[in-house]
Amino acid sequence: MPVFDLATTELRALNQALHALDKSGVPEDFEITNPRGAHAVAVGIDAPVNVTINGSVGYYCAGMNEQATVTVNGNAGPGVAENMMSGKVVIKGDASQYAGATAHGGLLVIEGNASSRCGISMKGVDIVVKGNIGHMSAFMAQSGNLVVLGDAGDALGDSLYEARLFVRGTVKSLGADCEKKEMRAEHIELLTRLLADAGITDVKPEEFTRYGSARTLYNFSVDNFDAY
Amino acid sequence: MTYKNPVTTPRKSATFDDYTLSEIRRAAATGIYDIRGGGAKRRVPHFDDLLFLGASMSRYPLEGYREKCETAVTLGTRFAKKPIELKIPITIAGMSFGSLSGPAKEALGRGASAAGTSTTTGDGGMTEEERGHSTQLVYQYLPSRYGMNPRDLKRADAIEIVIGQGAKPGGGGMLLGQKISDRVAEMRNLPMGIDQRSACRHPDWTGPDDLEIKIQEIREITDWEKPIFIKVGGARPYYDVALAVKAGADVIVLDGMQGGTAATQEVFIEHVGQPTLACIRPAVKALQDMGMHRKVQLIVSGGIRNGADVAKALALGADAVSIGTAALVAIGDNDPKWEAEYNELGTTAGAYDDWHEGRDPAGITTQDADLMKRVDPIAAGRRLANYLKVMTLEAQTIARACGKNHVHNLEPEDLCALNIEAAAMAGVPLAGTNWVPGQGGF
Repeated sequence: MPVFDLATTELRALNQALHALDKSGVPEDFEITNPRGAHAVAVGIDAPVNVTINGSVGYYCAGMNEQATVTVNGNAGPGVAENMMSGKVVIKGDASQYAGATAHGGLLVIEGNASSRCGISMKGVDIVVKGNIGHMSAFMAQSGNLVVLGDAGDALGDSLYEARLFVRGTVKSLGADCEKKEMRAEHIELLTRLLADAGITDVKPEEFTRYGSARTLYNFSVDNFDAY
Repeated sequence: MTYKNPVTTPRKSATFDDYTLSEIRRAAATGIYDIRGGGAKRRVPHFDDLLFLGASMSRYPLEGYREKCETAVTLGTRFAKKPIELKIPITIAGMSFGSLSGPAKEALGRGASAAGTSTTTGDGGMTEEERGHSTQLVYQYLPSRYGMNPRDLKRADAIEIVIGQGAKPGGGGMLLGQKISDRVAEMRNLPMGIDQRSACRHPDWTGPDDLEIKIQEIREITDWEKPIFIKVGGARPYYDVALAVKAGADVIVLDGMQGGTAATQEVFIEHVGQPTLACIRPAVKALQDMGMHRKVQLIVSGGIRNGADVAKALALGADAVSIGTAALVAIGDNDPKWEAEYNELGTTAGAYDDWHEGRDPAGITTQDADLMKRVDPIAAGRRLANYLKVMTLEAQTIARACGKNHVHNLEPEDLCALNIEAAAMAGVPLAGTNWVPGQGGF
């Protein structure tokens, strides 16, 4: 197993080695030690590799990930898994702002809490947060699913498009054009799959409330003046 | 006998002119601000207000066509492993697929490639049309991140992080519902028929310190190969450029208020941001103060129309210029041959700016399958290449007349200004004097 100790190895060498992986087979697992809050750890991977990071990372860990499974045994700084396309990113601790920002696909699991703007402008990713999420989460979220086992902060789903939001706890306030929606069978089925993918077995899909776009601000109207 | 007041000539208000009155009526009727394309239409101090002095007793000129006047420019020499080498100092500015049709994007790629320069994607991602036909393609990294993906990032020749644009510094974009085709909606992960807001702020960083980290991430993803451009609108050019250098830019693109846009509010276009001419000297000063002039390249855009504009921008210290509106005109936008159809839209060739409505008779700013057939990408690409070459020849003509063997050797000392405003903005003397307003003299 390749082991990169970031206390003694340059970040560039790590990312270069990850980019050089053969995409045809399953590469050997990577282990990263002593990340010490480094930014851009394990970014731009496009191979079905398992990467385990022992320690906390700075900004943009696993940014633009494709195919890889990246596990952080620690906390993650802002923008973890930003613009992820596919694969899986698991944060064992807490995540800072913009977790999963603009991500198109794959699964982001945050076992602790996520800060503000979790899932901002998400474009198809699935995000599961076991703890709470901060304010303005799922702002302008376009598509994908955000699942929160804890509580959500202010202005959840402000100006969102077609992303689906599921919150098990309380929501401090909803953002513009975000409303509570009915949980239909298809949503129970979807949640069942997402919880299973995130390795969560002790929570039932029926415990969640679904939120989505009221679609009243999709096209400009002067009659919505107060919302602008 | 009753007194009859003699009739005077009807006099319209300079303040409430015909356009202003029509705009008040339009706002009252619709309840929405006017959204349009194109840059500022008002008259502002511009390159036309500058003149080259030419060679004479104290300078000697170079012989046209005989003595070489170089035009090549290299972009991205600071950090990138693979800088961009351009034959000419004129690039094609970012314009989105979604705003422009596929054939129009292809024409831009063909024309730029034939002339030895780069073209740029826009808010909406990279299309095969432009990647396939552009030898040097700059991939824009925008706040909306529509269509952003690592594969396109890695197959780009440079990456341009867009902070703002001259037509609307501080504003995002608006692609109205009627223009959203299936293909555009799919590339942006959004439903068809809705108004697509392009965010004005990046979703995952705030401020220049964060941007430095964001640039590090993009460099790591692309293995430090690609030049990273930062594009800013003409807001506070001295500080914006200084902060862009600090954040780690290889190249800075500075876009003045005459720079075009696909769609934003008229009030934004005409009332926010500075003229291109006013932006260049502060930007160059920032680079010089940091010891980075010519190390971090400066591309200036916004109202560049001919070789004289190119030469003047370079003389003021830019490394290259970028064109958008002029490139669209070269490939057929606002061509008088469509006058009857422009009239049907309530406008006239040369004034059409409702690019966001998708009904462009020239087939350029549209997603209408029939209209876009009017653009022959090969012929239109040839027209653009011709135009780019003419501009370059014109810039060379001026540079030779000033005795320069490279267009980059043009300098402010080669210029004078026709009026006080331009003299102050460009930092060159008013013609016939040695007075540079704001810098002393008489």
